[in-house]
Formats: sequence, C-alpha cells, structure tokens
Amino acid sequence: MFDSVLQYQAQMWESIGETFIMVGISVGAALLLGLPLGTLLFFCRKGQLYENKTLSLVLNSIVNIIRSFPFLLLVVALIPVTRFLVGTAIGTMAATVPLSIVAIAYYSRLVEQSLLEVPKGVIEAALSMGASKLGLIFKFLYVEARSGLVLGLTTSTISFISYSTVMGVVGGGGVGDFAIRYGYQRFETEVMIYAIIVMIVLVQLVQFTGGTISRLLDKR
Amino acid sequence: MERKGEFAILSLSRVSKGFKLKDGMYQAVDDVSLDVKKGSIHGVIGESGAGKSTLLRLINLLEKPDQGTVTVDGHNLTEMPSKQLRKAREKIGMIFQQFNLVNNVTVSRNISIPLELAGVPKRERMKRVKECLDFVGLADKAEQYPAQLSGGQRQRVAIARALSNSPGLLLCDEPTSSLDPGTTADILDVLKDINGGLGVTVVIVTHEMDVVKSLCTHVSVMEKGRIVDSFSRQDGDFRPAAVRTGSYRDQILGKAGETHV
Ligand SMILES: Nc1ncnc2c1ncn2[C@@H]1O[C@H](COP(=O)(O)OP(=O)(O)OP(=O)(O)O)[C@@H](O)[C@H]1O
Ligand SMILES: [Mg+2]
Repeated sequence: MFDSVLQYQAQMWESIGETFIMVGISVGAALLLGLPLGTLLFFCRKGQLYENKTLSLVLNSIVNIIRSFPFLLLVVALIPVTRFLVGTAIGTMAATVPLSIVAIAYYSRLVEQSLLEVPKGVIEAALSMGASKLGLIFKFLYVEARSGLVLGLTTSTISFISYSTVMGVVGGGGVGDFAIRYGYQRFETEVMIYAIIVMIVLVQLVQFTGGTISRLLDKR
Repeated sequence: MERKGEFAILSLSRVSKGFKLKDGMYQAVDDVSLDVKKGSIHGVIGESGAGKSTLLRLINLLEKPDQGTVTVDGHNLTEMPSKQLRKAREKIGMIFQQFNLVNNVTVSRNISIPLELAGVPKRERMKRVKECLDFVGLADKAEQYPAQLSGGQRQRVAIARALSNSPGLLLCDEPTSSLDPGTTADILDVLKDINGGLGVTVVIVTHEMDVVKSLCTHVSVMEKGRIVDSFSRQDGDFRPAAVRTGSYRDQILGKAGETHV
C-alpha cells in the first residue's frame, strides 16, 4: 500500500513547499495590510473615535465584495492584476495574489471584531493620558486585543490553507492540487488519503499553535 | 479662611455640551461655570444622569464643549491644537469607576505607559514607577497582572498610573462606586494623601454623600446639566458658597435648620 505513496514522495514534498509559500505569503499580507485595514474599519465605525460614514461605507463595501465573490471567479477576475504584479498569471507566485487579497479582506474583519472587544474605558484612559493615535493603537488596543488578534490569524490561516487547495487551476500547486492530480485523477486512493492526512495534520498544527499562543498572551 | 490669593487651577466658563438624540438635542451640561481652587478637593455630586461624568470629561476635553472655555493652569484647552492638548493631558490625571487598566500587562507596565507616551527615558521611568507604586502601597505587586488584584488594589494601580506624570490635577469619576465601604475608605485616604502630600488638586464626581463628607473641601451639586448649589468647607463644616437651593442642601449642611444662609 505504501509503494505508491513512496513513489510520489518527492512530488509530495514539493507540493507541501508550494502550500507553505502560498499560505505564508497570504499570512504576511494579512498581517501587513489586513491588520491596518481592520484597524481602520474599527476606527471609522459609528460611535468610534474617528467615525466616518463615507470611508466606512467604502471600506466595508470593498471587504464585503471580496469576501462574497466566489473564490475561483475572483482568481479569474484578478488575472490582469496578477499579471501586473507578478508578471505571469500562472504558477505558485501568481496564485499568492488572489489568496493574499482574500486574506487581507478576511483578516481585516476579524481584526475589527477583536478591537471591538476592547472596553471603551481603556480607550478613554489612553486618551486621558495624552496618547497619540499610534500610542493608542500599539500600547492599548493591540495589547488588549492581542489574544483575539492571534486567534483570528489562526482561523484565517486555516481558511487560507483551504483556499490554497484549489489553486491548481492557475498552476499554483500545493497539497490540495497534489491530492487531486496524483490521488484522485490517477485513482491512487492511498496517495489521496496520504495528502488529506497531511492537510489535517497541517491544520491541527496551526490550530494548536495559534490556540496556545493566544492563551499564553491572555492575562485578562 | 483666607480667600485672597487663592488661585483657580481649573476654570470652566459657560460650558455647554449637548448630545444628538433621535428626537432632538439632549443638553447634558448646560451653561456651567465653575472655579476649582488649587489645592482643593472639589466634589461634584448629583443623581444619575445629571451630567457629572460629562462635566468631568469636558475638563480634559475627552468631550468637546459646544460652547464655553476650559482653562487649566492658565491655559485655554478649548483653543489648543491637538498636539498641545495631548501634552496638557499628561498633566491632568484621570481615574474611573471601572479602573480601565490594560489587563494584559503587569502593574508596573501599566504605570509606565503614560511615561512611555510622554517620552521619558527608561531609567527615569523605572524610578518613577517604583515611587508611584510605593506611594499607593503596592510595591510587592509590581510584576502581577491586574486580574490577580482586588478591586481596591486595581484602583490603586489606576491612581499610581494617573500620578506617574506628576499631574497638578486629578479627575476622578466615581472612583469608589464599585468598591465595598472598607475599600472605599482606603481609596479616599489615598486621595487625601495625594492632595495633602503631593499638593494635587482633586475633582471627584460621585453620587455618594459619604464620599463628599469625608473628603471634599468644596462641593458642587449638579441637577439636569446645571450646577444648582455649591458649598465650601470652613472649620470642618460646609457653608453655602452662594445663595441657591438644591435637593442636597440639608444633607450637606447636616441637621436641617442648623446653618442659615
Ligand atoms: N455620548 C452620549 N450620547 C448621548 N447621550 C449621552 C452621551 N453621554 C451622555 N449622555 C447623556 O447625558 C446625560 C448625562 O450623562 P452623564 O454620564 O454625564 O451622567 P452622570 O451624572 O455621570 O450619571 P451617572 O451617575 O449615572 O454616571 C445622560 O442622560 C446620558 O444619557
Ligand atoms: Mg457618570
């Protein structure tokens, strides 16, 4: 039974590598752009510090549209953008573009939610001691919301892993694509099961790590 | 008591603040003028919804007045650009009923944050944090987290935090309302020490008459957004500071009929 699995060992490792690249870059994008976007979503909300109806409407619409787009159609719709950014619309790097865009939209929502859980009084205390915007964000909001932010990133990462499994359509590769091409399409059930187990282990690892870090960070 | 030379560290002049509601405006603070003398402990008492918290928040401009001016230590806060206002706020401490500590960091870090915001160098910060902790009697709790402390201890941390930048004025919004009577007395003692020992002027909002009686040198009574009565303490007893009437008059003056205007 393990023969077929062993036979494709090299391809398997390669596809794990591709999954790591796709998910890793999406996580990076989520942190680098989703976190500030989520913070902006939070501040613009009605009743919040920098309440701004117009900006709130615009940002919310963009985030909602990205999140409601059927993912594969989004991948196709973004091909020109991908070409512009990466130079090609095919391959693992090209696949990171639509993934990252979904990642930014997805994580920004979870960031907004986490920040909403910070008691208003903490913001009030921060302002009363003369905190600037950046002081408020980095010394109060992110500190109080940090376990939620980590948990949100964990949930997001698992979603990105799941999204990444369909990136075979643009030649993105990855474990999901491996399972389909070598396992499903060649009727190698063991290979398919093996790939699925790899995915399960990956998701469990992410969930366990994220959950543990989030718990350790929570002193409330 | 000597009146000459008494200096108002805080002065509100015809300050108003309204909130937009679905059915029109609600005037939370209505044309209030108030002088708080340097070195005093000024109580603001009134029923729930009278506008006490709003009035307190107008002092450090957490709430922007619709009208009127707020002057602290000779500076008109209402006209300050935001950067300067932030600097001014460093010298106006504030504590709250719910403490509002940063619960994910230690007690000492909580006290250090205002100093970090003000750009105080690390060595000085550590020294100052220790002084403030000693002052509120929590030196042994420095490395604990707020969740590990009692309510009274948390309020002490909040006080230490408010004192770290050596403010001249401390604003207190119902600081003892979620504490039991014994702990309330302890916190009031700390506030007395801050006033007596450090010379910090205290403005305290409360709905508890006991707090006013045991702590305050001056009292203003608030009703429906207005200050309707005021008193100052002379030789231990409150005297009316102006000819007015208000529902708290008998309580503040003690036995009815004993003091006449
Ligand atoms: N942001 C706001 N928006 C609308 N109305 C407000 C706002 N803040 C306060 N109010 C209203 O203004 C009035 C005064 O509120 P404030 O919190 O100052 O009262 P308070 O005297 O502190 O009462 P309490 O003793 O219950 O704390 C209340 O009727 C309140 O509903
Ligand atoms: Mg109040």
